[in-house]
Amino acid sequence: MTNATHPVPPALERMLTPTLALGVGALAVCGLGAMQSVEQFLRSYLFAFFFWVSVPIGALGLLMLQHLTGGRWGALLRRFFEAWSRTLPFAFVLFLPVLLGYAKIYPWAHPAEGDRIVAHKALYLNGAFWIGRAVFYFALWSLFAWLFSKWSAEQDRDGLTPRLSSNYQALGGGGLVALVLSVSFASIDWGMSLNPHWFSTIYGVIYLVGAAMAVMALSIVLLARFAHDEPFLHVVRKDTIHDLGKLLFAFNMLWAYTNLSQFLIIWSGNLPEEIPFYLARVNGAWGALGLFVVLFHFVVPYAVMLSRDVKRSLRLLAPVAGWLVLMRLVDTYWMIGPDLAGHHGAESAAFHPHWMDVLAPVGLGALFVHLFLRQLKSRPLVPQHEAELEPEAAHAAPAHA
Amino acid sequence: MSALHGLMAEFDDPKAVVEAAEAARMAGYRKMDAYSPYPIEALSEALALPKSHVAKICLAGGIFGLVAGYGLQYWSSVIEYPMNIGGRPFHSWVAFIPPAYETTILFAAFSAVLGMLALNGLPQPYHPVFNVPAFAGASRDKFFLCIEAEDPLFDVEKTRAFLAAQPGVAAVAEVQP
Repeated sequence: MTNATHPVPPALERMLTPTLALGVGALAVCGLGAMQSVEQFLRSYLFAFFFWVSVPIGALGLLMLQHLTGGRWGALLRRFFEAWSRTLPFAFVLFLPVLLGYAKIYPWAHPAEGDRIVAHKALYLNGAFWIGRAVFYFALWSLFAWLFSKWSAEQDRDGLTPRLSSNYQALGGGGLVALVLSVSFASIDWGMSLNPHWFSTIYGVIYLVGAAMAVMALSIVLLARFAHDEPFLHVVRKDTIHDLGKLLFAFNMLWAYTNLSQFLIIWSGNLPEEIPFYLARVNGAWGALGLFVVLFHFVVPYAVMLSRDVKRSLRLLAPVAGWLVLMRLVDTYWMIGPDLAGHHGAESAAFHPHWMDVLAPVGLGALFVHLFLRQLKSRPLVPQHEAELEPEAAHAAPAHA
Repeated sequence: MSALHGLMAEFDDPKAVVEAAEAARMAGYRKMDAYSPYPIEALSEALALPKSHVAKICLAGGIFGLVAGYGLQYWSSVIEYPMNIGGRPFHSWVAFIPPAYETTILFAAFSAVLGMLALNGLPQPYHPVFNVPAFAGASRDKFFLCIEAEDPLFDVEKTRAFLAAQPGVAAVAEVQP
């Protein structure tokens, strides 16, 4: 399919080159940093990757979810979710530095002498199995992404046939179960195992909710840039924006709920094998950062998004969503930063952010957004033959009225 | 002074009632209301209805619930019945959050429902619009726009002519008080 067959917003075209330049440039500078310290590069890179890969993962989850629930919000953002999910094979390539250098940052790769807890987990936490699982996760997710995009292209051509409809629902339901399980294991492998003594059964859920929130927030930001041009001009409606705002609001509440659940249980139990995780994160500079996350990831955005007007206007909602993308990044830093610094079990963890902790997320993020935009551009930006997006009579109130 | 409650135009099409409401607002009418079997978002905008205060009442109820729920726990476990439970502090704020959250929801929901009833005057056993026999269709497949006699621009003949001139109008009826 060539570009001439469907309209592409000029804002998308304008973003392609700068995102690529910024991504390659920032990562190249990080590459220079790697010559100084490979360990520090890998730590910063893993942090950046752990956050940015959550966006396509969350997109795959929301894609399956909207095939199960239906709704106009899902039809409007389906191409966004599909394009994000098609960046997953590229994400595997971007994961290669961590796959090659995992032994330098994961403590379980070199357990301390007499550390029986980590020795006991070696059957699961060993290099070969860890790498094999990562390959499996990306293969599974890429397969899901490929199937959904393939069927969606068939729908563009032939309309929604009963066969496609049942395919969507079967893989939407079964795939969501597989996705939640695989993402849960992936988050344990990549994030939680940085502290192999510690465990939390809700960790995967927290990561997945954060992922859904990140992709929803980022999609709102990007939609706001495209909404005034074809093909979005006549399909972006105020009530659909309202739905997106409500979903973002709900994801933020769910994020707070899952985090509070983990904190409440560990705080109440106060057990020596669990509590060090929070001791390292509530004392000192990490504690200040944690308080910042609570206030500016949850409390303030929650209060702002209580307003109906904010949720209904793309112009007001987009800055809030952009802020929440940034907060997702800061929260990820707070979640895995103390363990990356390598101080486990202490009353507090050292806090010395490195310049690559800033530059790696910028570079990787720009690269991910570039890959996403290229995928988004390759197909019509709104689904064709989609009943939800057909113009209606009196219900319709354009967002720009 | 007219003895009527107002004049009511009947429409078969949701689009027509939205356009008629817009035209009436443009013509300067303010005291009017529209009736539809299902919510039409554009209709509320066309009527330029003032913002409802239910949201503020709901927020106030929620804040009250939060303070009351947290205060109840603080009062009982810190001031009146302090008990050492597993060495945790009397003011166990982490454990206080879930019940305080629940009372927030409880009071917000109650104040939203009660505030809605207080502001819209329901239950209302009598309303003049039901004096128009065709109005039964408002809960099935008909759409109505009623311009009330209280409106300063209201004039039986002129308003009737205005409503009758709207595209898509099926009938114009006098609404007895």
